[in-house]
Amino acid sequence: MTKINESQGFLDFAYQMYKSMKANEINLVYEGEVTQDITKTFTSLTEKNLAKTEESNSVQRKVFQVMVECLQNISKHADSICEEEEDRRGIVMVSHGEESYNIITGNVIKNSKVPELQNILDLVNSLDKEGLSSLFKKQIKESRISEKGGAGLGLIDIAKKTGSKLTYEFKELNEQVSFFILTTSIKRSK
Amino acid sequence: MEVININGTEDTPQVNLDKDNGILEISGRSLPEDVNQFYEPILDWIDKYAEEPLGKTEFTFKLEYFNTASSKIILDILLKFEEIVEKGNDVVIKWHYHEEEEDMLEAGEEYADIVDIPFDYVVYTD
Repeated sequence: MTKINESQGFLDFAYQMYKSMKANEINLVYEGEVTQDITKTFTSLTEKNLAKTEESNSVQRKVFQVMVECLQNISKHADSICEEEEDRRGIVMVSHGEESYNIITGNVIKNSKVPELQNILDLVNSLDKEGLSSLFKKQIKESRISEKGGAGLGLIDIAKKTGSKLTYEFKELNEQVSFFILTTSIKRSK
Repeated sequence: MEVININGTEDTPQVNLDKDNGILEISGRSLPEDVNQFYEPILDWIDKYAEEPLGKTEFTFKLEYFNTASSKIILDILLKFEEIVEKGNDVVIKWHYHEEEEDMLEAGEEYADIVDIPFDYVVYTD
């Protein structure tokens, strides 16, 4: 009896999720490990889906590029809830409305890294196009590719390419870690 | 000098480095996660090239996309050619961009602001 109830529960859940994805025009949802293979799979999937739409090439390219930066940020920088777990996990969601495409990513981050990240985000959000370009040039000259292969340029690049502010939130999970959510929007061509 | 020909993949560029034929070109997509690993042989090749460069070097970038980790390596490549210029050789960077890709043109202009090498911008329409 309980087995039937359980599978009925999953069916309901799947249906509710389907309805809510349709209602919110969500193109992609994922929770799990984020690797270069996952990044390649999702970006090429999104690229193929976008190619079927009437979206301008320039918007398609921006969505693709911003996805790459967001996913590579997770695969390089995400922390984990417990020390033993080494996978770099995160959530990824791509949706679209009439005005824009939205790419939402979330990952665990150590509380000790929050202030620095928040400073970068606030700095990036305070700059206009020209300011972002100057900051990018300054950073690219000064930065050295870190061991993880990042150059600390991803967020600046996302803001430059999208021309939109980065919306973010940190939800503290416990004394060690928080959940970092980043939303970026790419305006659709009219 | 050794010739490097690497075919492009969905996340790494096509690379052709052939001194005898005056071909130095990187094209396609560059989104590898580990940029150092991919670009190491290319940077080594350029170091050797710099010891005895052609009197006039044309380096072609025809990139569709590149991630920010690659953008740092591209600067490293350009800085190596800047040194070749400083030693009194002619170098020109042929920076190709798609007509709909304003961002790619701007990326080239940003590099041109940082390094002291002449850039030629070449527009293509596929």
